[in-house]
Amino acid sequence: MGLLEKHGVIERNATLLLTLSLVVVCIGGIVEIAPLFYFQNTIEKVAGIRPYTPLELAGRNIYVREGCYVCHSQMVRPFRDETERYGHYSLAAESMYDHPFQWGSKRTGPDLARVGGRYSDVWHVEHLRHPQALVPESIMPRYGFLADTELDSSAIVGDLKANAIVGVPYTEDAIKNAQADLLAQATLDGDSTGLKERYVNARVADYDGNPAKVTEMDALVAYLQMLGTLVDFTTYDAKANYR
Amino acid sequence: MSNKEIDDLSGTETTGHEWDGIKELNTPLPRWWLWTFYGTVVFALGYTIAYPAWPLISSATPGVLGFSSRANLDADLAAAKAAQGGVIEKIAATPVAEIVKDDELNRFATAGGKSLFKVYCTQCHGTGAMGGVGYPNLNDDDWLWGGSIDQIYTTLTHGVRHEADADTRFNIMPNFGADGILTTEQIDQVAKQVASLSGVEGGAASPEGQQLFLDNCAACHGDAGQGNPDLGGPALSDRVWLYTGTLEGIKAQLVKPTHGVMPAWGVRLGDVAVKELAVYVHGLGGGQ
Repeated sequence: MGLLEKHGVIERNATLLLTLSLVVVCIGGIVEIAPLFYFQNTIEKVAGIRPYTPLELAGRNIYVREGCYVCHSQMVRPFRDETERYGHYSLAAESMYDHPFQWGSKRTGPDLARVGGRYSDVWHVEHLRHPQALVPESIMPRYGFLADTELDSSAIVGDLKANAIVGVPYTEDAIKNAQADLLAQATLDGDSTGLKERYVNARVADYDGNPAKVTEMDALVAYLQMLGTLVDFTTYDAKANYR
Repeated sequence: MSNKEIDDLSGTETTGHEWDGIKELNTPLPRWWLWTFYGTVVFALGYTIAYPAWPLISSATPGVLGFSSRANLDADLAAAKAAQGGVIEKIAATPVAEIVKDDELNRFATAGGKSLFKVYCTQCHGTGAMGGVGYPNLNDDDWLWGGSIDQIYTTLTHGVRHEADADTRFNIMPNFGADGILTTEQIDQVAKQVASLSGVEGGAASPEGQQLFLDNCAACHGDAGQGNPDLGGPALSDRVWLYTGTLEGIKAQLVKPTHGVMPAWGVRLGDVAVKELAVYVHGLGGGQ
């Protein structure tokens, strides 16, 4: 047991103990984390995934600001009870442009990974204003002030730049036109051709039903309505991606 | 160690340290604990062989048990389907109008539709399908797009004003006031005329109102305001109102109408689920 006896040397030398602990933690970390950056099944590309449009990104920022993630997860796990309630299980690629991701670990409210298209815009606006008016059993707080708060669209260029730095493929063109794209997506009679070229399947609508101004409600509803809608699961080969 | 010292009282080795005459015992770990610990190490190694674990070049070792959470899900779904004894296949193959005539299929579809309704429909139509302002009550005899089983099935499949579905139910009532089609006075007259059809307070029929109604409203709402489910024109002669059933509410809807949207469920839920929902909604009491 000569080797084990040598352990006494480490135990009697605090600096050596700390250094060796760090080495062990590093090895563990590298073995667990590094493969996630090159394993095929964690960096799988899926058809249809695109970066958020500026309006959706602004909505996402509001989602994070208001702490929606505290009660709502965005991760449908591959269990029968979840897929039958929420829809197809989430794919890693669906949150590849999320910084930070919104998977969450607690559901006080329902999962929102596939909420897009499930309700009408009007429903979302009414529901955010006064959840109990539509769902009496709900304990969700009211967010009516979003409809009265004009969206600060000047910050969006910086948001796109920040996301581009961490790897979201926003082109220079997209960053330059971010503010125009943001306004175009929330206005029905605006020119949205550039927006639709840059973002496939971007949906243009007057989300909050108030054509007079672009509000935070527009942005949040635009974000909610696109959640989980990018992948066409009729063409997704689930069997080839078993894991 | 060379200078091993045994404590006289306990018979246990000491650490060799001494503070003011006090010595520290170096009591070994209990054997049962130590062997349990070694056991967990061996178990962990076995576990990493049985389940996906060790990172390699392009993927991790798959594990000899072939575990896959996604394959497990598909197996679960297949088992659930098998447990349903082929009824799902029968529903898939049977036109929805025939399902309601078949006792077994009807019972199964109603139960399935009931649970689907709770998940997907109650948020707008309410837990008891009683509806709300802007969301139709599904228990009554008043149907915007028709209350036959086939009409309900079509509405569910393609939705109402659901822009992503080319076959969606669609109509738009003109902005009679906001777009200046009718003058304020005319709006007042026709609103009173409409209100008089079902005895809403403040309603009053008049020859001018009747003429305005026939010219502007009857095409979709019917000559007597009885509604037209083929066009989705709501009945105005009954006392069931989607929005506010007051003279003011009627005027507001004439000036700048509100239009509801219902998502198309055909693609999202699949045909079997939509059939089950149609059977359930049809059976709520108002189905024709």
